[in-house]
Amino acid sequence: MTINKTIMPLNVKNLSYQIGNKKLIQDIEFSLVSGKKTVLLGPNGAGKSLTLRLCNGLLQPTSGSINWGMPQIKNLNRIRHHQLMVFQRPVLLRRSVKSNIEHALKLRRVPLGERKSRAMLALKKSGLEPLENFPARSLSGGEQQRLALARAWAIMPQVLFLDEPTNNLDPAAVRSVEDLISSFHNSGTKIIMTTHDLAQAKRIADEVLFIHNGKLLEQSKAESFFLRPKSPEGLAFISGELLC
Amino acid sequence: MTSFAEGLSHAIELIISFDNDLIGIIAMSLKVSISAVLISCIIGFPIGASLALCKFRGRNLVLVILNSFMGLPPVVVGLIVFLLLSRSGPFGVLGLLFTPTAMIIAQTILITPIIAALTRQTIEDLWDEYSEYLKSLDSKKIDTMQTLLWDARFSLVIIVLAGFGRAIAEVGAVMIVGGNIDNITRVMTTAIALETSKGNLSIALGLGITLLFIAFAVNGVSQFISSVLSKRAML
Repeated sequence: MTINKTIMPLNVKNLSYQIGNKKLIQDIEFSLVSGKKTVLLGPNGAGKSLTLRLCNGLLQPTSGSINWGMPQIKNLNRIRHHQLMVFQRPVLLRRSVKSNIEHALKLRRVPLGERKSRAMLALKKSGLEPLENFPARSLSGGEQQRLALARAWAIMPQVLFLDEPTNNLDPAAVRSVEDLISSFHNSGTKIIMTTHDLAQAKRIADEVLFIHNGKLLEQSKAESFFLRPKSPEGLAFISGELLC
Repeated sequence: MTSFAEGLSHAIELIISFDNDLIGIIAMSLKVSISAVLISCIIGFPIGASLALCKFRGRNLVLVILNSFMGLPPVVVGLIVFLLLSRSGPFGVLGLLFTPTAMIIAQTILITPIIAALTRQTIEDLWDEYSEYLKSLDSKKIDTMQTLLWDARFSLVIIVLAGFGRAIAEVGAVMIVGGNIDNITRVMTTAIALETSKGNLSIALGLGITLLFIAFAVNGVSQFISSVLSKRAML
């Protein structure tokens, strides 16, 4: 039996999520394939982060389906084993920089003998090698986000979800985080990222999913979205108008 | 004031002279209370962490009961353990009544709810912060519990101290199940109660001050270690 080793593509159908009577995500449908950096773009509160969490299985949808390209695997936790989420505010454990990475490797069942070398490689990649023994929570905002990405680098998931990873960072820190994101992409990891920063979306995106008020208004190639958005809301957004 | 001054000088005299009786009583107090705290931690940490992470029907009722047990009256616990361990009780054959083991059992029953309830609250707060990250890593329940317990280690030190404080200061339960037998089950609190009832107030006060000193010392050392380590880990 041939086993498909990649979890892509991702097919989302009629995805909805509501709390009480409030519909936060409404009948979203899209398909994503590997090889492209996908950016979920939209104003604050549009539902980008919720969509990301639903795709990562952190939230259960009210209705609809999320299917990955491994139909033989029914257990969603096993699918999640090939994914990782990096959050807007990085969650760092109360341990050293290196221990944070080693801990993540331990949870992903990486053999003990491999953990140290993989952690060191990730630290080198993220430029955090000199800080390996520092308490992780004493790092600056940019360094903390780089550590979260280094942790992901050590794990090397097939799909990396990034939830506004450069929010509140200064330009230099944004640059280093974006460089790391490019490295992930170049090494074959599927990037699915949210942002409300138009300039960043232009720098990173190969394709754009424009979300507004919990609805997916368009899925386009990045260049065509920024040139000729199909929806009036998309046009208003890239023109810098305030969307309600 | 005179008896307080007498008590203070008596305490200093007792400590400086390394009085054998006093050393024996202190050693027994520490042995019983530290053993009870250790056993309570082994039982209470996993129970607290499990309650923080697991949602099940009747959880709120369990929490209400656990929180109520934090205020268990020591004499009631002492009486129940006494009945269980007495000759006619279900565990009478073990012959544990009026031994340090019986005192440890009674104190463990008193402290475990405190350790478990406070651990539950601490772990639940940390879980709020870590949950999405650990879920995203597909962390197994046992790994999650280990991670949270380790990362809450500095808060857990304070919980252990609260348990130790309750144990070392407790008199009702150990008096009932230990019997306050000289050189066998006599601890600081039961000795103070005995000396007070005999009218030896200065000795009782001396023992009381010594007990206070031990409590301060244990708390001070633990607090110092905890603050040094927490600074290193940047809480």
